[in-house]
Amino acid sequence: MSSRTSRRSLLTALGAAAVGISFAGLEGCTKPEGPKAGGPEEPKLNFYNWDTYIGDTTLADFKKASGIDVKMDLFSTNDELFAKMKAGNAGYDVIVPSNDFVARMSQAGLLMPLDHAKIPNMKNINKDFLNPPYDPGRKYSMPYTWLCLGIGFRKSKMKDMGGTMTPDSWKWVFDSDLYHGKIALLSESADLIRLCAKYLGYSLNNIPDEALPKIEAMLTKQVKAGNVLKFHNDDGQDLLAHKEVDIVIEYNGDIAQKAKDDPDLDFVIPKEGSELNSDTLCIPNGAPRPDNAHKFINFILDGQNGAEISKTILYPTPNDAARALMDDSYKNNHMIFPPAEALAKCEYGQFPGAERAQKYEEIVTRVKAAAGA
Amino acid sequence: MEQSWRQARSLFFSVLGAPLFWLVAFFMVPLGVVWLYSFGENRGLIDIAFTGTWANYAHAFTPLYLGIFWKSMWIAGLTTFLCLVIGFPVALAITFAPEKAKAWLLLLVMLPFWTNLLVRTYALMSIMGAQGLINNIAGFAWNGASGLMAHMGLHALPDFQPMQLMYNNNAVVLGLVFVNLPFMILPLYSTLDRMDRSLLEASLDLGAGHIQTLFNVVVPMASAGIGSGILITFIPALGSYLTPDMLGGSGAQMIANVIENQFKGANNWPFGAALSFILVYMTFIGVALQGVLEGQARKREAQGRAA
Repeated sequence: MSSRTSRRSLLTALGAAAVGISFAGLEGCTKPEGPKAGGPEEPKLNFYNWDTYIGDTTLADFKKASGIDVKMDLFSTNDELFAKMKAGNAGYDVIVPSNDFVARMSQAGLLMPLDHAKIPNMKNINKDFLNPPYDPGRKYSMPYTWLCLGIGFRKSKMKDMGGTMTPDSWKWVFDSDLYHGKIALLSESADLIRLCAKYLGYSLNNIPDEALPKIEAMLTKQVKAGNVLKFHNDDGQDLLAHKEVDIVIEYNGDIAQKAKDDPDLDFVIPKEGSELNSDTLCIPNGAPRPDNAHKFINFILDGQNGAEISKTILYPTPNDAARALMDDSYKNNHMIFPPAEALAKCEYGQFPGAERAQKYEEIVTRVKAAAGA
Repeated sequence: MEQSWRQARSLFFSVLGAPLFWLVAFFMVPLGVVWLYSFGENRGLIDIAFTGTWANYAHAFTPLYLGIFWKSMWIAGLTTFLCLVIGFPVALAITFAPEKAKAWLLLLVMLPFWTNLLVRTYALMSIMGAQGLINNIAGFAWNGASGLMAHMGLHALPDFQPMQLMYNNNAVVLGLVFVNLPFMILPLYSTLDRMDRSLLEASLDLGAGHIQTLFNVVVPMASAGIGSGILITFIPALGSYLTPDMLGGSGAQMIANVIENQFKGANNWPFGAALSFILVYMTFIGVALQGVLEGQARKREAQGRAA
């Protein structure tokens, strides 16, 4: 009997410890450690970036110019970045969230306001990028690249689509069996739902409730017919390059990188319009070295340094000074810089709110379950 | 005579201390936090309020998620069955192999353990892909045959179309069998190796055939090993996440993939925690079931010996 009581009290103690630790953990999230008052910062910087998303020599150049050592860690999705920052900043000074996550993280109080006086190279940024809806006045973020979702395809496998051999409508991925079993859709629920809404004639944002059942029915029909091979985790360019699929929803930069080695690949923004994204440089709350972080952001926004990055990653740059320094194969590449009339129909996707995001996720979960049934 | 731990209390606790601390600090406390999350509600984007609500569990028991649990159990069950059917003869063969070869054969079974799961999955993909090894060989043979037929004055074959081996449920099951097979073979081997060979001789001497001996003598004696093999194959297969994600097609999602999406894309940690804990409870039930079956088997064995 006595042993049973003691075991139970151990469990109670553990439970109490768990509660205590979890609350302490949450406390840690909401209470950023401010920079140490006074004194210069140590010459170090922790940079949290996407994979293959920096120039070959950029970090070494920065060290030469400023004496600051940059340690770079990699994340693979915005969700991963958000989940990490939500659990508490582990010492990162500069992070690279996409536009809707800038809105989400600034709403959640996870970002530090930028001091524009410390970023004079802001003058290089194209004026179209200076006042975006997700961060009015660029209070929290500086644009690093921009990108556009569209359709990547293998030219030699395209069929006649009403007089054209270019799949210039979302119809060919969402609502047609022309490429049966050779289609890959994006797995990211919010992006997928938004693009379906765009195809059905709605805006990306504030999708009305009555559109959601239509979107779900369309996707369910498409997967049940066996037309969709896979929902990919932003590796659609690899599926396309390895000939697993012929047509895929992807970002322009990803297809442009592959098309350099495989000229049979191409990219188009469908005529219904699409979703713009922009990856940005931000300083998370609790960053131990905000001064160095400002210096680093300013360095990247320099024309020469920006061009060095664009040369490696082949994503469109919002930096006019950097673009001017690039050669014609980059400047005039229709995948990297799609035609202006196509871009005019594109919008930034905004964070739809927590409840809505969960709704979108559940719709996509249901569609995938229907595909497996 | 075993010594009671009470007689060497200080030694007992000093030895137990480190693993107990490890278990509590790195397993029970984090798991406890997740357990608490499962009774919480989202407040804004980053905060979770512990309200003691059962809503997350109620949501998990809706047909959509029950269906996904059911599908995951089905895939894991099929994987376990195939592992048993393939693993049993392998384990039996290793048992009867010459002593010298045994160590090498066991090494071959364990070798894949030392390779990262991701690497093993990519290896499978490079074999099964549209431009993978199998399709390349098949395409080569196809084109050779086509050339030969054209040479003989027949119609050449149409162009080779790669077989779709990947991105479907078969590929997921194949991948899971490939990854989990050692979990089945090793416990089977350890029980089969302890088996009293004279019983097999007796069975054969008394006129039972090999097949009869296998099913009436070997399988019942190995039941404990079969039970633990099934358990430790089924549990990881049920919670598998990487294999369906990489080898599966549009309908491949298993419960672990849904849990991942709840923690990431949907940013709904309480619901993800509830789904995770349902998975944990299912594991507990499996372990308990296996314990009961093993206890019964032991009782039967004791009765058999007494009789």
